[in-house]
Amino acid sequence: MLSRTADHLFWMSRYTERAENTARMLDVNYQTSLLPQSDAVALMGWQGLLSISELTGAYGKQYDTVNARDVMDFMVKDESNPSSIVSCLGAARENARAVRGALTTEVWETQNQTWLEVKRMIKSSEFEADPSQFFEWVKFRSHLSRGVTVGTMLMDEALHFMRLGTFLERSDNTARLVDVKFHAVQSDFYGAANERDQEYDFYHWSAILRSVSAFEVYRKVYRDVIRPERVAELLILRPDMPRSLHASLNEVVNNLALVGSNPDSETLRRAGKLRAELKYGRIDEILATGLHAYLTQFLDRVNDLGAHISREYLVAA
Amino acid sequence: MQKFDEMYTKLPYEFFSKGEQIRDHYKIYDEWLARQPGDMMAKRREEAEMIFRRVGITFAVYGEKDESGAGTERLIPFDLIPRIIPAHEWSSMEKGLVQRVNALNRFIHDIYHDQEILKAGHIPREQIEHNAQFRPEMVGVDVPNNIYSQISGIDIVRAPDAQGNGEYYVLEDNLRVPSGVSYMLEDRKMMMRLFPDLFSAHRVAPVAHYPDLLLETLRASSPETTDEPTVVVLTPGMYNSAYFEHAFLAQQMGVELVEGQDLFVKDKFVYMRTTRGPKRVDVIYRRVDDDYLDPSVFRPSSTLGCEGLIEAYRAGHVAICNAVGTGIADDKSIYPYVPKMIEFYLGEKPILNNVPTYMCRNKDDLAYTMANLKDLVVKEVHGAGGYGMLVGPASTTAEIEDFRKAVLANPSGYIAQPTLSLSSCPTFVESGIAPRHIDLRPYVLSGKTVQMVPGGLTRVALKEGSLVVNSSQGGGTKDTWILEA
Repeated sequence: MLSRTADHLFWMSRYTERAENTARMLDVNYQTSLLPQSDAVALMGWQGLLSISELTGAYGKQYDTVNARDVMDFMVKDESNPSSIVSCLGAARENARAVRGALTTEVWETQNQTWLEVKRMIKSSEFEADPSQFFEWVKFRSHLSRGVTVGTMLMDEALHFMRLGTFLERSDNTARLVDVKFHAVQSDFYGAANERDQEYDFYHWSAILRSVSAFEVYRKVYRDVIRPERVAELLILRPDMPRSLHASLNEVVNNLALVGSNPDSETLRRAGKLRAELKYGRIDEILATGLHAYLTQFLDRVNDLGAHISREYLVAA
Repeated sequence: MQKFDEMYTKLPYEFFSKGEQIRDHYKIYDEWLARQPGDMMAKRREEAEMIFRRVGITFAVYGEKDESGAGTERLIPFDLIPRIIPAHEWSSMEKGLVQRVNALNRFIHDIYHDQEILKAGHIPREQIEHNAQFRPEMVGVDVPNNIYSQISGIDIVRAPDAQGNGEYYVLEDNLRVPSGVSYMLEDRKMMMRLFPDLFSAHRVAPVAHYPDLLLETLRASSPETTDEPTVVVLTPGMYNSAYFEHAFLAQQMGVELVEGQDLFVKDKFVYMRTTRGPKRVDVIYRRVDDDYLDPSVFRPSSTLGCEGLIEAYRAGHVAICNAVGTGIADDKSIYPYVPKMIEFYLGEKPILNNVPTYMCRNKDDLAYTMANLKDLVVKEVHGAGGYGMLVGPASTTAEIEDFRKAVLANPSGYIAQPTLSLSSCPTFVESGIAPRHIDLRPYVLSGKTVQMVPGGLTRVALKEGSLVVNSSQGGGTKDTWILEA
């Protein structure tokens, strides 16, 4: 298939996935902010959200203070912010439009409809009226987009590049989420010492799980109280947790193998190596070297993978 | 001026009892319409708009921006009332179209080879060789099957003759990159979705096989370098006003939609860049004008084309459809000679009428045009899309005088025609059902044989009294029904 077409398909999926994960993060922060908590803790949540997305600077140029309303506005409907939900959905739709001939009618109409709807919802202030419902809607449009893709597209390269985009983006987004949420617990990895804060801890960790739809999954897998190192293990190493780094990398490697005809592909080698480390890694080792350091280098390597995919397949010579 | 309406034998609609004044082929439709509740049309129109928007059937309007600064995407206005043509009228029109397109292809081949028609003195030589649409690059170049215009859009209007009966006239030929066929297909799909009962009550000839015929035509145009030609559609990109159509046709034919940047030429063969390396391209259905095809031959600044393409083309390694240089045959200054071409190349009498045309390059014609500007339609010979024309009866004195100056400054750049009273067709507008002027563009495909789907795209001027049907000028479209006998 045309390299340019593959590029548009790849980015269409990445933007859709990014919009979903942004909605997930915003929703969990918003839900948490409804709990009784100190201003400092609330502030930390919103600051963390900006830093996770590397938007602290861009936000600071427009707003003097960090507060829930402004951060949500900035992250949801600010078209000057390329990472806002409306920008991501717009970019996904523009990429789809550029290659609509390579998509099934259902896939294209889903992207187009999402974009038309989000513009309407923003205009009619439906988001402000009920942020959670709006985030839920974004998530479900993303579910629909994935489902209609898998359910209608011919299983050829076009589909593989779309899947590649989805899972590369997801591995990035989940890593960021884990990083910022673990970072947010300032004192130590295990949370604070006094009892009141331990109670807060429960909500903190359960919120992370909920943000990746993993609360029930955690209970099912561990049948135990929520403990941070297990949350980390679930989101990083479990191959059966659909939003974990390991599960995402599995899909990245599988789809790369399907699009590549070159057995010596450097892209595939790097992806395979990263996957192997997740497959054979252990959470205590990761925690021993430091979670933040681990995730930082993981994000660098995902970024590097994206660059290799682009060079090898998408901007062909 | 006499008027002709497709559905009713009298105008305006309000002043007669409709049941008695209906043309035969509209009778079933009229009875059906009378049975519908009053708000049905408005509801159906809303439904249609919703669907068109969701499906993204839009065209970009050049120069317009929405609030966010992005180019606007507009829906093409679609009218719910079909334009119906009885079988016998269509079968004669179809014969006329085959004849006309055959002659036009013969003409283009002749012009770029032996120029017999010039030698015979039927067309002044300087009108060809000084014409901006004449491409010296094409002289002596052989193209597969000697076909230059694989896809021809022939604009046909109907106007009353002296007895007040409707008569078809060819208004212009479009042999470069005629567009609009996707609207023909989408309009039909929409009508079948909105009004299935109408289709069970009529025998409407289907049109949905157009992409199949198109693919067959394009494959038949392949150079002989391969048995399994790779066909692509070349688009200027998603910001082009007809992008939807380019993507639609590529998808319907199952071929790649490429932009200039996706192509490159090596050793006089054309390749596209794919995820698995270069792949050779044999047939390019281009939706890019000649001028932009190859920066090394035409406009050097163009980024829409592909460097070296013309060299590969001249070497016979790739087919470009339509061929380069077809503009010489659809130029408005050449149009008056088409009946002559039919006689000269085919030895036949033209089946379809031309509109009488005054060529301002001729002294007498210019004098006549100047004396009758307020009654004539004057067109720039290179104009398109309804731009650069004067509709005398609908213009102010100032507009007429401005145009007079323009024509006098460059007489050979203009032609004039009597203002035809284009036929009208009932159309659902804000005020209800009212007559609006229409034309018809059948899409004629020339490959191994000349074929077309029955009908074409009916365009309608939505503004009351307007004769300009182009979508860029507020025109809409209608589904076109050829009733099978």
